[in-house]
This record gives sequence, structure tokens and C-alpha cells, in this order.
Amino acid sequence: MIALLLGACGSDEPRVAQGNRQGILHFGNGTEPQGLDPHVVTGIPEMHVIVTLFEGLVTKNPHTLEPEPGVAKRWNISEDGLTVTFHLNDSAKWSNGDPVTAYDFVWSWQRALSPKMGNQYAYMLYPVKNAEAFATGEITDFSDVGVTATDAQTLVVTLNAPTPYFIQLMDHQSTYPVHRQTIEKFGNAFDRFTPWTRVENIVSNGAFRLTDWKLNRRIEVTKSDTYWDRDKVALNGVVFYPTENISTEERMFRVGQLHRTESIPLDKIPVYRAMQDSPYINSPYLGTYYYLFNTSKPPLDNLNVRKALSLAIDRRRLTETVMHGSTLPAYSITPPGTLGYEPPKVFEHDVEQARELLAQAGYPNGKGWPGLELVYNTSESHLKVAVALQQMWKDALNIDITLANEEWKVYLDTVDQMDFQMARRGWIGDYVDPNNFLDLFLCDGGNNSTGFCDPVYDDMILQQAPRATTREARYATFQAAETRLMEQMPIVPIYTYTSNHLVQPGVRGMSSNVMDWINFKYISLDQDQGTVD
Amino acid sequence: MWRFIGSRLLQAIPVLLVVITVTFFLVRVAPGGPFSSEKAVTPEVKAALEAQYRLDRPVLEQYIAYLGDLIRGDLGPSFKYPGRSVNELIAAGFPVTAELALYALLVALLIGVGAGVVASLRPNTAQDYIPMSAAMIGICIPSLLLGPLLILVFGIYLDWLPVSGWGDMPGDKILPAITLGAVYAAYIARLSRAGMLEVMTQDYIRTARAKGIPEWRVVVVHGLRGGLTPVVAFLGPAFAGLLSGSFVVETIFQVPGLGRFYVQAAFNRDYTMILGATVFLSSLIVVFNLLSDVLNAWMNPRLRSRAGQNT
Repeated sequence: MIALLLGACGSDEPRVAQGNRQGILHFGNGTEPQGLDPHVVTGIPEMHVIVTLFEGLVTKNPHTLEPEPGVAKRWNISEDGLTVTFHLNDSAKWSNGDPVTAYDFVWSWQRALSPKMGNQYAYMLYPVKNAEAFATGEITDFSDVGVTATDAQTLVVTLNAPTPYFIQLMDHQSTYPVHRQTIEKFGNAFDRFTPWTRVENIVSNGAFRLTDWKLNRRIEVTKSDTYWDRDKVALNGVVFYPTENISTEERMFRVGQLHRTESIPLDKIPVYRAMQDSPYINSPYLGTYYYLFNTSKPPLDNLNVRKALSLAIDRRRLTETVMHGSTLPAYSITPPGTLGYEPPKVFEHDVEQARELLAQAGYPNGKGWPGLELVYNTSESHLKVAVALQQMWKDALNIDITLANEEWKVYLDTVDQMDFQMARRGWIGDYVDPNNFLDLFLCDGGNNSTGFCDPVYDDMILQQAPRATTREARYATFQAAETRLMEQMPIVPIYTYTSNHLVQPGVRGMSSNVMDWINFKYISLDQDQGTVD
Repeated sequence: MWRFIGSRLLQAIPVLLVVITVTFFLVRVAPGGPFSSEKAVTPEVKAALEAQYRLDRPVLEQYIAYLGDLIRGDLGPSFKYPGRSVNELIAAGFPVTAELALYALLVALLIGVGAGVVASLRPNTAQDYIPMSAAMIGICIPSLLLGPLLILVFGIYLDWLPVSGWGDMPGDKILPAITLGAVYAAYIARLSRAGMLEVMTQDYIRTARAKGIPEWRVVVVHGLRGGLTPVVAFLGPAFAGLLSGSFVVETIFQVPGLGRFYVQAAFNRDYTMILGATVFLSSLIVVFNLLSDVLNAWMNPRLRSRAGQNT
């Protein structure tokens, strides 16, 4: 008890001000990372730490998201678009001083694709010739996969088909190199459980190295002195805090314990927005919030019903009131501004037409409406949206929708087995390309979950788009496909996600982008800045 | 006494076996598995993952294998944190939870016994009503509300104490301990008031007073020992309750304890972690109930002789 009370009072300098002086960024990171093996873990908190520790062939410019040299100093794509040659930077080093070579990449990709690893992001490498066959166990000889090291500095990759977004994928954690000797030293290289990422074991090649990891408490990384581009790295370190309770996180920010929060409670947005020099950062995010329609069950097997429901939603009002202006209305599955791609807008909020469509479906003014259930996973904001839409549908169409909330894993099961009529869903892009959103609704798409299947649509996505010779032609095909999709309305898009953070005034270089992607190399801290009052 | 302890320990084995068995099968019946996620997992990946965790085998075989591991003290690998064993996660989280529970219990005893004794000295006067009403409020306010309220006052407006963390900043253990201890302080206040009221009317207290012993000595030396018997009986279950019920406080204050792992494990369907934590915590509950019984017998000679006769 005495120990408890000792040193209680007298609050000293806030962590943020101290961090500004020492060049240490205090980062609210959502949840405790599952682990730090780039070939095992998924999830955003994991990614934040992993991008500080590892570097792929390329990295992304945080302002434009265009690929920049990482371990590869340059790359060429053959004229037919099928061969990519990466020339590695000979000063790229592991944290133990070993050079990073093309052989490291070949071995790492074998590990990432190995079926035993159970890597959920193995598909990031599927554009590579025979990668999918290897990952699914169809072939077992890795030398048949289209990646070879011609020498220590040259990596040649053969693709199945021209893949315009391939270079972008080389910044995904699934394609990162890992240090073979280290992994083999601590266990089986192709085993998920090998403890090689512990502080005392890990060897990495990124701008920072791991110096402390206390479970559910903090992860600390320190600037690496073997990193090839170390002169550009301004921070001396980053401390990641698990902050799964967003109210606690906001309070930590308020008292100067965090430079940046992962999130912000919805009801605090107006307060922070009203502040002068507001620390609230809100920018479009590569993700769409939508409801799935089960097109195999009545009444949603009727296109007119689906359209009526979609047209009756006043998305603008929803995003401005319920969401406090923190999201943007969505009329398509692909978010706007996906590397120059603008999705089509095939419908608008139109109550009159919605009523007419419902009447055509056989339910004039809601008469004879059989009822409809919306399933969503338990969350306050999902509930708010659901209640708002329920009311809009009642007002506009005079129909009743019942709401059913389910615990997360139960809900996933419900959706997976298509045991619903209408269900909430969200999709966050893995890479910036319309393909990543549109291939969700292929006939055999693992995340389709609507019963929608259109062979013409499949052909456009799988055959026509990859063959397009210019970006314009490819985007035009995608637009035609997306128009087709939205005309059949297997989903009702609701809003485009935005990223919402609180950032202290001393943080520089943390620019907003649609992937909410942070390149820690570009961040610096201003010593003269204090904390938000 | 030793036979009493031994027989109670033997009785615990079937209890624990039932707990393990029920938990084992219940988590597997719950919809959704550890590998279901928003982004569909390919069948190959799912098969590889299931094989690594023995989920591809028949359930009964999994159960027997689990019991075998358990006897060796191996609680298995965590599903959520690949590369970490459940033993390791418990070892990381439990000391923190235990420390928090201990402080909370001290807070509860300090406030609870104080308030209870003060109230019992003048029953049915303001000196009784005020602390007892406060205790009632203490029972009624959930830590979900009390925690943020304390943070708001002492962390943000007064800026006296940190709003979160555990051992990171001076004084960051105070608010979590008070928040967690408050409910128990209220219970203890009521228990010690009742116990004291009963004891203070006993003959030996009257004798002590007749001998001219000062009132404070009568209360502290003669009254408390008997009056606190119900409190001591409550301590075991209370400590076990504090250990297993600290999740909310751990979440509010970002305390890296076992409670957070435990509840997250249930959400994540982290089968081995749910089982491991359940086995661990139920063993603790059994042990603390036993300890509390032993302590009670020691403090109360009448109980001790009865325990001796029964065994």
C-alpha cells in the first residue's frame, strides 16, 4: 500500500513533450499485435509494427502511395508485362550486419507460400507464376514458381499475366524478406510457432529494430544503425501501446501520453473538431461499409426490392448526423479516388422512385411486406447506423425491418453460411486498385456471400481487365463492370470509411492517404511543440 | 487439520475435471471458430491451420490429448498469438492481475472495515446511516462508471494521477486499485458492521467493559477478532472474485493483466487460452476458498473443534 502511494503526486512532464525532445513517437496502436512474423500475422496493429522492422523490395511514398525504392533500388518490367527484374541495393543490410540478398527473397517467398505456414495473405503473391499452385499444394517443387535470384543483387519474377498493381504488392508484409539463419536457429522455418520474433532473437532489415516487447503493455522499436537509408530517418524510436478501449485511448491523448490515436470515440468528434488548431484528422480511407443482400432468399431475390431499399437511404443525412460527418456517402463498392479510378454512380437518393419500385415488387406502400431481418455484429456504431436506416425505410417505404445483433464470431459464421437476409459488411482494400473491391463479387469469390453470380461480370474482371493495355482502358472495363454490379444491386453501399485519428501538434510528416499507411521513415517531431490542451 | 485440508483438496479434483470438460466442449459448440475472419480464408490455409492445432482430429481425441498435456502442465499454444504458449500468456498476465487484486483487497479492507466498525458503534444514528448508505452506493456503482469518473476527476481535471498504465508512471496503480476495490469495500463494510453488532452485545465484551478497559481497546482488541469472522470468510471468495473479475478495470486503465487476455480469448475463440485461463482461475478459486476456510477455523476456536470432529 505504501509502495502504491509513494510517488503518487506531482505529475511530471507529459510523455509527449518528453518524446518530442527525445525523438520518440508514442503511438496508440489499437490492440496487442498477434505477433510480428510478417508471414503469419494479419491485421493493422501488427502491420504498423512490422513496417518499422522490415522492408520489402519497394516502399510507398506516404503522400502519393506510389512505389519508392526499398530493398530494390530500381526495377524493370518487360514489354509484355510478364517479367519483372528487381535490382537490389547492395547497402541493404540485416540488423546483424548481413547483406540482404535476392536469395533471401526467394527463400522468404517460399516460406510465405508454403501451405504449412497457413499464411492468410499468401494470395498477395498469386500473380507470380505457379505461386498459387505451390500454395495450394498442387506442385511441391518451389523451383517451378516464377521467382529466381540470378545473383545476389538481381531478383527475376515471372508473372501469370500482366499485373499493373504488382509493384505495389511488393510493399505488402507477405512479400517481406525474413532472415533464414535466425528462423532456422530457433525452430522449424516453416512452422508458425517458431519464436524467432522475440526481442532477444529477431533479426530484421527495416529502419528500426525491436528493443522491447512487454505483452499488452508496450512494444518499443529503436532506429537501426544498419539500415541503408538511416540518414533519412528522423525518429530515434517508436513506442506502440495497445489501446483497445477507444475511450481510454482518447483520455491518454488528452493528458499527453500519446502522439497519435488509432481511433476516436464518435461522440468526441464534434468536441475535437470545434477546437482551434484541431488535432482531429479525418481523411478518406480505402474501405466501404455496406449491407449484403442475400439474393437467394425472398424478398431480396426481387431486384426491385433491393433497388427500393437502396434508393430510400438518405446517405448524406446519415453520414452528417449519425456519423458526425466522419464518413462519406457511398454509392458503389469501390471508394472514390482509388489511384485515379472514379466509380460510377448509377443511382441516387430518390424516395419517389423507391416507392414505385416497391409497388412494382408487389408491396405498394409496404402492404403485404413479409418482413426483413438485418444482422450486424455487436457494436454501438453499427447499431446507430442500423437504427437510422430502419427508420428511413419505415418513413420512406412504410416497411418494417427487424434488427439482430450477433457477437462477432457468431456473425461471421452467419454470413459465411449465408444464413441471413441482409447483413452488415465492410471491406478494407489490401492494395490500391479497383480489382481488390470488384473481385469480391465473382461467382466463386470467397467473400461474395450474396448469391450474386454473373458470368459476364466475371469475364470482365478476370479476362478483359487484365488484358487492357492502358490504365484508361482497364479502368473503363472496371467501370462497366461496376455499373453492371450496381444495377443488379447484390449489396447496398452505405458509406466510405474514413480514417480518424487524433494527432499532437508536434508530429510532422504523418500525411493522410487512402490506405492510412504510415511510413515512419518520414516522420519527425517538433521539439518546440507541446500537447493539445 | 491436515486431514481436513487433504480431503478438501481431493474433493477439488472432480470439480476441476467437470470445469475442464464442460469448458472444452462448450467452446467447441459455440458458433464461429478461431480461424473465421472477415476476409475469407482459403480451404488450404484453413486445413493447414487446423492441422497445426489438432483441430482436424475427432473431438474426443482432442479432449484426451488436451488432458494428457494438462497433466504435464502444458496448456498448449495460443490460437490468437502464434508463437506464444498459454502458459506464457498466463505467466505474463497473472502477476499483474494478482498485484491489482491485492491492492484492491487492501483498499477494500481499509475502507470497508473502517466504515463497518464506525457504523456499528452507534447503530441507527447518522454515524451508522452515512457510511452504510455510502457502502450501498459503492455496491450499486459499476466499475464501468466509477473508473472513468475517477479518471475524469483525479486524472484529467485535478491532474494528480495518471489515467492509464501499470507501473509505467508513478501512481498509476492507485485508481485501478480503488476502482476494483470499491465494490468489495462496500460488501466488507456491511459484513463487518453486522459482525461487530453481534459481537459487541456478547457477555465477554460486557465483562471487558466492567473491568474498566478503555472503549477503544474493547473494540480493537476484543471486538474485532470475533466481529471480523464474517469478513475473513468472505476474503477467499473476494480475492478469487477480484482475480477473475478484473477485466473491466484492466480495460479501462490499460492494465496488462490476465483478465484482458481471458475475455479477448472468448471473443477470439482462442480455445486453448479460454481453457487454460479457466483451469487456472478455477484452481485458484478452489485454493482460496480452502485458505479462507482454514483461516476462519484458526480465528474461531468453535469452528476449529467442529472441523476436527468432522474429519
